[in-house]
Amino acid sequence: MSLLDIFITALIALRSNFLRTMLTMLGIIIGIASVISLTAAGEGAQQGVADRIRGLGSNLMFVRPYSAQPAGGLASVLPGAGPALFYEDANAIAEANIPGIDSMASQNVVGLSGDFIQAKVIYRSQSVTTTLVGTEPSYQQVRDFYVDNGRFLSEDDVDKKGLVVVLGAAIARDVFGDKDPVGESIVIFAGPSAQFGVRFSFTVIGVMEERGASAQGNQDDQVFVPLPSFQARVALLRNARGYTNVQQINVKLADKSAEEPVKLAIADVLRKQHNIINEDDFQIQSQSDVLSTATSVDRTLQVLLVSIAIIALVVGGIGIMNIMLVSVSERTREIGIRKAVGAKRFDILMQFVIEALVVTTIGGAIGVLAGVGAIEFAKYFEIGGSDTKYLITPTWVGLGLGMSAVTGLVFGVYPAWRASRLDPIEALRRE
Amino acid sequence: MIKLKGIAKTYKLGAETVHALRNVDLTIHDGEFMAIMGPSGSGKSTLMNIVGCLDRPTEGIYQLDGINVSRLGDAQVARVRNRRLGFVFQSFNLLPHLNAIDQVAMPLSYRGVANRKQLARTALKLVGLGARMHHRPTQLSGGQQQRVAIARAIVGNPTIILADEPTGALDTKTSHDVMEIFRKLNEERGITIAFVTHEHDVAAYTRRIVSLRDGEIVSDEPNVPSYAHVATPAADVQAQAATEGRPPPSEAPA
Repeated sequence: MSLLDIFITALIALRSNFLRTMLTMLGIIIGIASVISLTAAGEGAQQGVADRIRGLGSNLMFVRPYSAQPAGGLASVLPGAGPALFYEDANAIAEANIPGIDSMASQNVVGLSGDFIQAKVIYRSQSVTTTLVGTEPSYQQVRDFYVDNGRFLSEDDVDKKGLVVVLGAAIARDVFGDKDPVGESIVIFAGPSAQFGVRFSFTVIGVMEERGASAQGNQDDQVFVPLPSFQARVALLRNARGYTNVQQINVKLADKSAEEPVKLAIADVLRKQHNIINEDDFQIQSQSDVLSTATSVDRTLQVLLVSIAIIALVVGGIGIMNIMLVSVSERTREIGIRKAVGAKRFDILMQFVIEALVVTTIGGAIGVLAGVGAIEFAKYFEIGGSDTKYLITPTWVGLGLGMSAVTGLVFGVYPAWRASRLDPIEALRRE
Repeated sequence: MIKLKGIAKTYKLGAETVHALRNVDLTIHDGEFMAIMGPSGSGKSTLMNIVGCLDRPTEGIYQLDGINVSRLGDAQVARVRNRRLGFVFQSFNLLPHLNAIDQVAMPLSYRGVANRKQLARTALKLVGLGARMHHRPTQLSGGQQQRVAIARAIVGNPTIILADEPTGALDTKTSHDVMEIFRKLNEERGITIAFVTHEHDVAAYTRRIVSLRDGEIVSDEPNVPSYAHVATPAADVQAQAATEGRPPPSEAPA
């Protein structure tokens, strides 16, 4: 029997059992569509996290005090509450002239979402929650994040512990609307509650460019002040030696390949500074370290989604299996008739293989379209937020198609193969 | 020529062994027209299935035109079924989703014949179904379905046509129409025809009647055909007209 004949035979058989064909396809379609859409959501989430971390700037390295508590908490700002880094440490690193470092900027951040201390920008009757960043002029270059209107913090501002502030684009818009904020005076409040905290009046000197979300929140919701301005004015934040605490030193590398030597060199400097013999009281994290931590957390979500997808595929497969097995007795009779008039076992087998392939191919194609359609639907209606990413990966598309093809082949062909081994009269007797 | 020697067939039914056939010797010569008779359970259908290569004997030797069929593999047996034999069933065994032409052309598709639809039309005309070519089994009467099945059996130009109770599901008139077709195929084209029946007026068409009882041949007698008085003129004319449109059989016996 020629391949074309087998193909036509298969198509006629599929058409004449329309309902069965459709139900089988439905199993495949549901399985594949859910694999594609769920894995796209998972991969997209992971991609989104990776993008945000990259969005912090390229080739960054972060030096932080090492404590069991999460970085950015109260301990790293308050002196004497565990290991600490100081502005003097940053200066020591700078003076060591380590090759491979492009630039560095120390920072103290308060008011991140979930922080104990909240920060607010107050202008006349308005009060807007913000993230307060104390830093240096080099921050612009290190973070690749520049001022758009006015000027950024200067060395002079830092030396004089000046009360000047650069606003993030979103804060400037929220507080001032269309009005130019440069030269205006605002109050910055920081403290654990509205009743308890410190407030100082700052002069706006500039507005940052628009940047968008990052792994550390929306960068346009930040305001920037000179690093020592707050600590110099709040006794609670000063330590006995008069040193300025630093939560984090951002180091920008000239080249990614310098990552390891720079890490070692910075560690050397800090060990000398802190007279460390045994365990380090600091940690140096490269961007790739942060990336791998974040993505490993995200992998949990992905495992969950993939598990659901596989369950959908299996349930679809059981549907296919069920329909195929139900039709076996009917098909066994057909096999008996075909063998009685001279079909070889091979002819029978080919007919069922082609039938299964046609069903799985068409079902698979519709499944892929349905999956992509579901993703487009989710994107269009911004299900899960406007910045939720979906990433359709060929691996999962291939895996979904492959699994349904295997299910179709196994459960469509295996019973047929068994029936084709019977003597024709045996096959004809089966009811 | 068909030659059976010491054919036995046993089934296992639970702990019990059923002997459907015991030591059957039978020779069917080319061009014969014969009936196999016997009460139900005598093994006549089992015998016909073995002769038709639809079933395998437990013991014994089956030679078809000198070939030991029991030694053939799947592909070779399929070839024998496809080219040398035509089989007609009591329950027709048509595929429900195919129309008459596709039904009849199906055996030819397994040997890669190009003009099989044309040959199928010719075969359908021969059995008097020229006007029902695009009908499906459910749209045909029992007699018409059986004629489609006969067309399917003869389309491949077999030398032997075997039938298991071909008239068992048909009324008397239709039965005789079907027997008339068989008679013409035998007389005009020299096709060997052997069938199982339990109806004496159907067996009366043949020239030889073999009787089975409890799996053994109990009689094997020549018969003087007595079909003339039951043959319907209509079927006669129909079959005659159809035969004229068909080229002479290529495998006619010497």
